[in-house]
Amino acid sequence: MLRFIVRRLLWLPLTILLVTFIVYCAVRTGWHPEQTYKRANPRASQAKVAEYLKVNGLYKGFTGFVRGYFEWFWRFIQGPDHWPRSIKGRSLVYPPLRYAIFNTLRLAGISSLLGWGLGLSIGTIAARKPGSWFDSIANTGAFFLGAIPPFVSGVALQLIFAVELGWFPVAGIYPPGHQGFDLGLMAKHLVLPVTVVTIQVVSAYSRYMRASLLEVRSSDFVRTARAKGLSERAVLFRHGVRNALIPIVTVLAIDIGGLLGGLIITEAIFNYPGMGVYFIKAITNGDIPQLMPYLVITIISVLIFNLIADVSYAYLDPRIRLD
Amino acid sequence: MTASLLSLRNLVVSFKTPNGTVQAVRGVDIDVAPGEMVGVVGESGSGKSVTFLGILGLLPHTARISGSATVEGVELVGASNKVMRGVRGKKIAMIFQDPLSSLNPVYRVGDQVAEMIRAHQEVSRSEASARAVELLDIVGIPQPKVRARQYPHEFSGGMRQRVMIAMAIANDPEVLIADEPTTALDVTVQAQILEVIQRIQRDMKKAIVMITHDLGVIARVADRVQVMYAGRVVERANVNDLFATPTHPYTVGLLHSLPRAGQDRLEPIPGRPPNMLQPPAGCAFRARCPHAAAVCATSLPELQPYAHSMTACVRIKEIDVAAMSGVTA
Repeated sequence: MLRFIVRRLLWLPLTILLVTFIVYCAVRTGWHPEQTYKRANPRASQAKVAEYLKVNGLYKGFTGFVRGYFEWFWRFIQGPDHWPRSIKGRSLVYPPLRYAIFNTLRLAGISSLLGWGLGLSIGTIAARKPGSWFDSIANTGAFFLGAIPPFVSGVALQLIFAVELGWFPVAGIYPPGHQGFDLGLMAKHLVLPVTVVTIQVVSAYSRYMRASLLEVRSSDFVRTARAKGLSERAVLFRHGVRNALIPIVTVLAIDIGGLLGGLIITEAIFNYPGMGVYFIKAITNGDIPQLMPYLVITIISVLIFNLIADVSYAYLDPRIRLD
Repeated sequence: MTASLLSLRNLVVSFKTPNGTVQAVRGVDIDVAPGEMVGVVGESGSGKSVTFLGILGLLPHTARISGSATVEGVELVGASNKVMRGVRGKKIAMIFQDPLSSLNPVYRVGDQVAEMIRAHQEVSRSEASARAVELLDIVGIPQPKVRARQYPHEFSGGMRQRVMIAMAIANDPEVLIADEPTTALDVTVQAQILEVIQRIQRDMKKAIVMITHDLGVIARVADRVQVMYAGRVVERANVNDLFATPTHPYTVGLLHSLPRAGQDRLEPIPGRPPNMLQPPAGCAFRARCPHAAAVCATSLPELQPYAHSMTACVRIKEIDVAAMSGVTA
């Protein structure tokens, strides 16, 4: 296991290098650097444009891509102070990125923890008595709620609880012009977006858990556990849930990896300044200096959590050998 | 017969399915005395496993069970969860068919045996573990201390079945029910497992119910035999009588379909077992029976004494049993 982890970690930099290069090429192909710069800074002189292209290594042609990529990479690994500055007003890239990461972590973290806890519990209770009223309600509920896209549920919640009832703010993270930290205000702003994301997570995970547990419960070793004279509780948790969680933990770890990319749709609806909104802004502006660190962080997060998924799978299931 | 330890009376098990009710077991009486090995033989679907899974409440929830099953006087049919938990693994323990799928893949073998001990005895974790190692030793697992710390997938089929046996005897139960314990195993390993089971019966004086479709297993280990067909016991006899002078036409057919020395071809029983969604009125075997007559369709035949056996055939006295049982000649 340790050898596997070390080997995978050694491969990580190379994978990152390769994937970031592909992404770099994609990003470079997607925007014409000169035009995007001019669009962002309409009154910029030709000298300014040339400087922007030079500083960011935005050379033409495939060899230009390669050269530009390595120049970018070298600056990137030297740390945020050396990162190329934003296309707009030459502002620093790192502080807004960091702000976005923490905002996304807060939203995604709270909704995921809530969603997993609720989803796994509901799935477990539903699978205890398949076909019972609880199971029917949970299953159809999860099916319908899960089928509502966040841009529908989000807007519906905004209309009901923010516009009509006025219980919660419509969007944002603080009221406009607010300065400093305020837990209560922040919590109030989080309620609606958290609800939207939690509904998605609950409906997905309750169904995973139900299906997985139902399969496990019909297996022979659960019958053995009952034949041992164990309590139904011990049979359910020690032999049922424990085995049912094996495939789910893998899905879960991979899901977390993707979360850092931001909940693009939900964040956009609630104008929540997280990674998703950051990403949309960077894309609309063709802001390559902003876009690249975002992509790198997303890539690393996915890679790391895939590794965690593999390791946890092997940890939970002794039949899996990683060497 | 000595006072019976496990006693089934008119046991009926049915399953609700989308196509109707499957009548898997249709009134079975079986007694098991202390220390004896009762063989229950029949083809797939004859209800032999369902009978015994049923009395332990181990069938899927679509199963309905009625009649009576008592172990040491305790009624199991309709018993509370609490009573059933005290019976399962403590008074009646099971050995299942497929030892790989019957062991939980994520726990160490020793822990699974220890779990069985701790389900019924107030002992510490370490005591239970030590006892588990002893049990693995008793069933003939070499290096039990090392093996106890391994997982089921690291065991061979025969070794896994030994683990199941170790688990089954952990709480010194009165009755062991072995449900096709050798079916999933190689022939050579089958013999070893039967030896282990026989040794346990001999040394620990256990009553054992051996459920199997393999007459070879029956001939080898059983004292008394119950032949089941279409959810009923059709013949009950001591093992020697059964093989020497089978009485029920189904038993005769079974023995005929066994390979014998100097025989050119096997004689299978013609036809197929009845559809248990709508079992035929009267004798369920009559469609396949060479001796069937109109009388067979009128009533469900009950077991009645004939020669050394009990047999459920209304025409038994008319059939030329001597000719039928040329089998063992």
